[in-house]
Amino acid sequence: MVHQYQLNGYNIVLDTCSGAVHVVDEVAYDMIALYSTTPREEIVAAMLQKYADRADVTREELAACYEDIETLKNDKKLFTEDTYADLAFDFKNKNEVVKALCLHVAHTCNLNCSYCFASQGKYQGDRALMSFEVGKQALDFLIAHSGTRTNLEVDFFGGEPLMNWDVVKQLVAYAREQEPIHHKKFRFTLTTNGVLIDDDVIEFANKEMHNVVLSLDGRKEVHDRLRVNYAGEGSYDTIVPKFKKLVESRGGKGYYMRGTFTHANVDFTNDIFHMADMGFTELSMEPVVCAPEDPYALTEQDLPELFRQYELLATEMLKRKKEGHGFTFYHYMIDLTHGPCIYKRISGCGSGTEYMAVTPWGELYPCHQFVGDEKYSMGNIWDGVTNTAVRDEFKQCNAYARPECKDCWAKLYCSGGCAANAYHATGSITGIYEYGCELFKKRMECAIMMKVAESEV
Amino acid sequence: MERIKTIETRNLCESAKNGGCGECQTSCQSACKTSCGVANQECENNK
Repeated sequence: MVHQYQLNGYNIVLDTCSGAVHVVDEVAYDMIALYSTTPREEIVAAMLQKYADRADVTREELAACYEDIETLKNDKKLFTEDTYADLAFDFKNKNEVVKALCLHVAHTCNLNCSYCFASQGKYQGDRALMSFEVGKQALDFLIAHSGTRTNLEVDFFGGEPLMNWDVVKQLVAYAREQEPIHHKKFRFTLTTNGVLIDDDVIEFANKEMHNVVLSLDGRKEVHDRLRVNYAGEGSYDTIVPKFKKLVESRGGKGYYMRGTFTHANVDFTNDIFHMADMGFTELSMEPVVCAPEDPYALTEQDLPELFRQYELLATEMLKRKKEGHGFTFYHYMIDLTHGPCIYKRISGCGSGTEYMAVTPWGELYPCHQFVGDEKYSMGNIWDGVTNTAVRDEFKQCNAYARPECKDCWAKLYCSGGCAANAYHATGSITGIYEYGCELFKKRMECAIMMKVAESEV
Repeated sequence: MERIKTIETRNLCESAKNGGCGECQTSCQSACKTSCGVANQECENNK
């Protein structure tokens, strides 16, 4: 399967199944587009006619280009056949290892953001904090079910996890004790709104957290519109100095400034640039996840502008990098040479199988976005996964699970997309959240274009 | 090739032979939490 697109002056050809990326001139671009459907002589004739005014477009030149295309095809770098479908179902069916948990250490929050998918941390339920005993059992559950995996991931999530900070610290200490006993390596992530960050949090997080995700929506007026406290006051002025202090003392360890954009700021690149201008370099900005009737929901009419924004972001990032003050955008991080293997690309995100969320009471859910939906309660950390029907459903969730993805060039970049987004959009985890697909494909086109541009430097 | 330049990429077909160790990061565990992409993950065995 081949995907061709033109962006920022480049003609780009992606060979989905091999992962190959080609940058071509307009003649080769046209010839590749015709290759599968048109006989060689007709292609040559069409090119001679289209490029009649070009001295370099001769019958001999076109024959050479055609042969180059055939060579790439024979080398499995172009028009590579899709042979991964069986692999996808087999691989995931065999695998019952758990390697990552999202620990909901606090189902409560000190902010009252109206767009929160977790309904202000409560997940449609009661407010609660996870006890050390529950958290410890969750870590024991993870170790016990991790098979031969060395790297285990735990995200301290909420609500707002800093509202249960002592338990977080105790759990990290417990996990570190367990590492040498079980030959495991824990990688912790802290996802926080920043309100309770102090020197103790900064010191501990910078020592123990592999990654810190800091919620900031960008410009003050944008951030303060939705990220407010219970008195309705914006949180920007409280958190930005704390975020700056934490990041400055992080010593190169991983972090992300993570924002959400909505219908109210479709010009979201200005929010990304605002964060970059403040000196933050690791940035992420996600489209809001909410019901279509919500006032801040993104609309069909927003799509063309969002596409333009993503393109603008890519070109500005290239420019800033050249000028020596570049930054990273999470969705444009793509490592073409050292990226994931085909198994990762066909397996999906791992929700409900190798990744689960744990509530403050120790219940297991396929991921944080399913918490509170009783249909998707999978069991608990003492008895393990008892609702195996849900796990089986998630095992079937891969890049080949959806007929709509069959002919989609992006399926090995998204692996079929987010099960929660699909569920919320269609009622099925193997449905399609088309709006998300459109944004994802545009992001991938931009990310790959940037790699092409950087390869020319 | 005159008109075609191929960017260096990991060969996905080849990765089917020796991939699948599972040590890589879970996709949603880093910065997104509300969408899924796998392409931006790093391979632990191919650094």
